[in-house]
Amino acid sequence: MAMTLDTTALDATETRATSVSNKRWQRFARPALGVVLPLTLALAWELAVWSGWSNGRLVPPPSRVFATIMELARSGELWRHITTTLMRVGAGFGLGVIAGTLLGAISGYWGIARRLLDPTVQALRAIPSIAWVPLFILWLGIFETSKVALIAVGVFFPVYLGVMGAILSVDRKIVEVGRTFRLSGPAMIRRILLPAVLPAYVVALRVGLGLGWMFVVAAEFMGASEGLGYLLIDGQQLGKPAQILAAITIFALLGKTTDWLIELVTAPLLRWQDAFRPSGET
Amino acid sequence: MLALDKVGKTYPNGVHALERFTAQIPQGEIVAIIGGSGCGKSTLLRAVAGLDRASTGSIRIDNIDISAPHEKIGIIFQEPRLLPWLTVADNIGFGLSELPVAARREKVAQALARVGLSDKAQAWPRELSGGQAQRVAIARALVPQPEVLLLDEPFSALDAFTRRDLQDHLLDLWADTRPTLVLVTHDVDEAVVLADRVLVMRPRPGRLFAEIDVGLARPRDRASPLFDAVKRRVLTTLDRSLDRDVPDSAPAETVGAWW
Repeated sequence: MAMTLDTTALDATETRATSVSNKRWQRFARPALGVVLPLTLALAWELAVWSGWSNGRLVPPPSRVFATIMELARSGELWRHITTTLMRVGAGFGLGVIAGTLLGAISGYWGIARRLLDPTVQALRAIPSIAWVPLFILWLGIFETSKVALIAVGVFFPVYLGVMGAILSVDRKIVEVGRTFRLSGPAMIRRILLPAVLPAYVVALRVGLGLGWMFVVAAEFMGASEGLGYLLIDGQQLGKPAQILAAITIFALLGKTTDWLIELVTAPLLRWQDAFRPSGET
Repeated sequence: MLALDKVGKTYPNGVHALERFTAQIPQGEIVAIIGGSGCGKSTLLRAVAGLDRASTGSIRIDNIDISAPHEKIGIIFQEPRLLPWLTVADNIGFGLSELPVAARREKVAQALARVGLSDKAQAWPRELSGGQAQRVAIARALVPQPEVLLLDEPFSALDAFTRRDLQDHLLDLWADTRPTLVLVTHDVDEAVVLADRVLVMRPRPGRLFAEIDVGLARPRDRASPLFDAVKRRVLTTLDRSLDRDVPDSAPAETVGAWW
């Protein structure tokens, strides 16, 4: 009997201990979980080169990539490349989002506009966007305008599709609530349609931004004298794999950060969502 | 007075959903519309709400023709249809946007207290149970003080206990301002608990079959023999409405004289 009691007490303390450590785990370790895999891989490669299993000439170890980044940063070159690329993505993303939102909203809201507009847009979408490059260079020159235009084209399509699809899939039942309260057209848009399409719109923006980062590299591959894409080409032509990896790493950081910014800014607007939350999240 | 005169509806796909439905519903009366599936109950209600237009006939409230949603008419659907991006309080105040903020806030607070959800004012709709959500929907429809409140099977998605609770609650709220209630239901019990008058419809095409005066004093005792008798009367009429051999023009007296 005493034995049983003892074990129960022991179990209880154990459970309490686990729950405390669980909380600590949730606060600190869970966000860190995401960096375990890349850090392990980086460390393994560093060790492999350090111990001489590989000379690390074509695939430089993380320390050398990091050193390259620091070197670029010290000379001030890095900031120039980063700001140039950021400006291009920013301008192209902005233009693409504006055009995609406007046309997507028009196509989603007016049936006639959709029948008129959508087939053409879909046909244009079928063209690989890179195919526009020669034409853009002929039309807009080889400097900023053609690059921004290419990025804008890349951003435009997912935003357009996202906005149109979101409007078309707004729940009729919710729209009827607006009708029973006799909302005017603008009020219906502001009070029912806009909030209803917002979650899908945020997704469209994030997809658009991803494509924006993709297309800035394509744009900078054709004749740029600065920008992270230029660093890539330069690294290839001069045989500097560390510089290529440095640029790739910065791309990854910038892409992740800007995506996270969209998430951060829109999160308060989407608190109401009754969405699926995978187990292990709160 | 809600006056329905020979209201008919044929959908663009040729389905003849409703034929020459005529009824006079005085202000403050509670009418239940009951009938088998496809008898045009919901079609009728949507026409009165102004959400769909009737193909023929006229719908008038106090001699105003209804062809689009009107401020004197409120509707509660089978689902709560709350706007998920608004808090419970903002959902209830949705139809009050012309009011100044202070007045709106006060009305919403009163309505919240009246449906017993004051503590949920700032909750999101996703955090409510089915019964709570439907109570918010009732408050939202009643807060602009409509003269006619339409209810389209409002409690059919709820469990039996919650349903009873909400039926009593609805009668309570109705007693405050006494709007006309037109309730579509397929639950005979619900019709007899709530209604002054039960309209039985029959399908293909949907049309009025019989009218039954409930004539029980309120509050009604669901277990009383009188209640049971009326219920049986409605059930028998319902059975006859679905029997193709019974002619359309079965006068109400024959139905009534059954017991």
